Amino acid sequence: MNKPEVLIIDDEPQIRKLLEINLHAQSYLARQAATGREGLMLAANHVPDVVLLDLGLPDMSGHEVLIRLREWYQKAIIVLSVEKGEEDIVRALDNGANDYLSKPFRVGELMARLRSALRNNDSRDTQQSITVDELEIDLAGRVVKRHNAVLKLTGTEYNLLALLARNAGRVLTHGFLLKEIWGVGYQTETQYLRVFIAQLRKKIEVDPNHPRHLITVSGVGYRLE
Amino acid sequence: MRRISVLRQTFIGTAIVVVLSVVCYLFRAYLDYRLVALLLLLAVSLQAVLFDIFPVLLAAVLSALILNLFFIEPVLHYKINSPENALLFFIYLLVALVNAVLTNRLRRQEAQARDKEEKENTIRLYNTLLSSLSHELKTPIATIIGSVDTLKEADDKITADQKADLLAAMDSAGTRLNKQVENLLNMSRLETGTLTLKRDWCDLNELLFRVIRAVPDQEAHQVVFEANDYAPLFKVDEGMLEVLMYGLIGNAVRYTPPGSEVRVRMDFEDDQLHLQVSDNGRGIPENLREQVFEKFYRIPGSGTGGTGLGLSIVKGIAEAHGGAVQLSEGPAGGAMFRVTLPAEVSYLKNLKNE
Repeated sequence: MNKPEVLIIDDEPQIRKLLEINLHAQSYLARQAATGREGLMLAANHVPDVVLLDLGLPDMSGHEVLIRLREWYQKAIIVLSVEKGEEDIVRALDNGANDYLSKPFRVGELMARLRSALRNNDSRDTQQSITVDELEIDLAGRVVKRHNAVLKLTGTEYNLLALLARNAGRVLTHGFLLKEIWGVGYQTETQYLRVFIAQLRKKIEVDPNHPRHLITVSGVGYRLE
Repeated sequence: MRRISVLRQTFIGTAIVVVLSVVCYLFRAYLDYRLVALLLLLAVSLQAVLFDIFPVLLAAVLSALILNLFFIEPVLHYKINSPENALLFFIYLLVALVNAVLTNRLRRQEAQARDKEEKENTIRLYNTLLSSLSHELKTPIATIIGSVDTLKEADDKITADQKADLLAAMDSAGTRLNKQVENLLNMSRLETGTLTLKRDWCDLNELLFRVIRAVPDQEAHQVVFEANDYAPLFKVDEGMLEVLMYGLIGNAVRYTPPGSEVRVRMDFEDDQLHLQVSDNGRGIPENLREQVFEKFYRIPGSGTGGTGLGLSIVKGIAEAHGGAVQLSEGPAGGAMFRVTLPAEVSYLKNLKNE
């Protein structure tokens, strides 16, 4: 099997080195770019499987690199950022980033996100059923099972869970979830989302107060793990 | 005093002199012109205390001319008959002008003294910050650099266990450094007012469970929270509220002896949200209960590893929400922090289920 290729776009040499060492250790192929321009060029020449993109670049904003990449590049982009500002993260996710990590990050966490991003590359929209630990979501039959027992979900609960499951491992923003499930015009009605997430947790989590699957990313959105 | 523009001051100053003169002129039969001079001088002096130099000088000159024209014989003529009256006129003009200039200079000196004191306060605060920071930031940095040196240079002389210890020390030093920087950033955002709240609907039960889970080193403590199933959604800044509760619960865990119990409670009335963290530790002496919220203040003997920013950030976040924090003795004898925040509410029941 070919080694998955990762393109690192980050102006900080030490971070690039750290990423490179870890990627090699996990048998990935790593290419490096120190500027946005260089990154866009490298991405076009050697279409990578995942792009690790730092938002603070010297020559152009990382958001711009993201938008330009997304004009043609369809595989995973993981955004790295020192800013903990939720607005920046939401903006990157809404512009097409698959995931984000704020610096300083844990290497283990980064590797987990990378694996999940690669999995999503392979299974785009073609899956009939998704399994997350004891949960089985049958997309064709619109049935959700837990430990093989069918769960009674309302239509909206199912739609929400199926959307999260199709993007398992990836953060979906409040705005995106609301638009997809409730429609345009509901993007700011987060109270709907809060209510349905709480209801879903009661049905799919062992302990709804300490969720293991339906994870809140504070101020940003939700992720199914 | 700067709030009134100079143009406005000029207008007010002129108006006062003119109105006073008209009143005096109407009652000129009963008023000696020397008394009028004193009254006008009083009006100019009062302006000198309140206004800028230019409007006051103008009022001084204007009042002197009015005095000459309308009150000193011959009336309605700039001429002055007796040397005594001439002297009176010139002394009036001189006193009014000197008064204006001196008062102005006095005020300027006062302002300078105030500026200087403010600057000294800032420097004092800055020095406290520097000494506290240099210790709190340099300690973890020293740990990291020292550990790296050891691993680089004495790699063959240390055991695997020792190596693991050094790595663990670097790990916790890095985490601590990151936390300190985050605290400083939050503090400066709150201080400079660059923090804009992003209020959104928030499930407080969920938030509190999440925060409690994230608090480190709580194994030796019992953190108790019972979800309030009837709580509505509140419109608050979720990220900031997490920082606030993390600060309060983290402090309770950190500064109470092992085995202590930390109780977290949420209740509400109308549009007021109450969050409460109480413990059964030693508590905080009554005379320190205000000081603990001050920047960089740490209770003497509270050990190393804190910048004294935690509670001031808690207070800052509560106030940014238009709320407040109260510190008192809790039911279990320890400290009890109670945060009250006004917030819009939304009841789950109001939603149709499909």
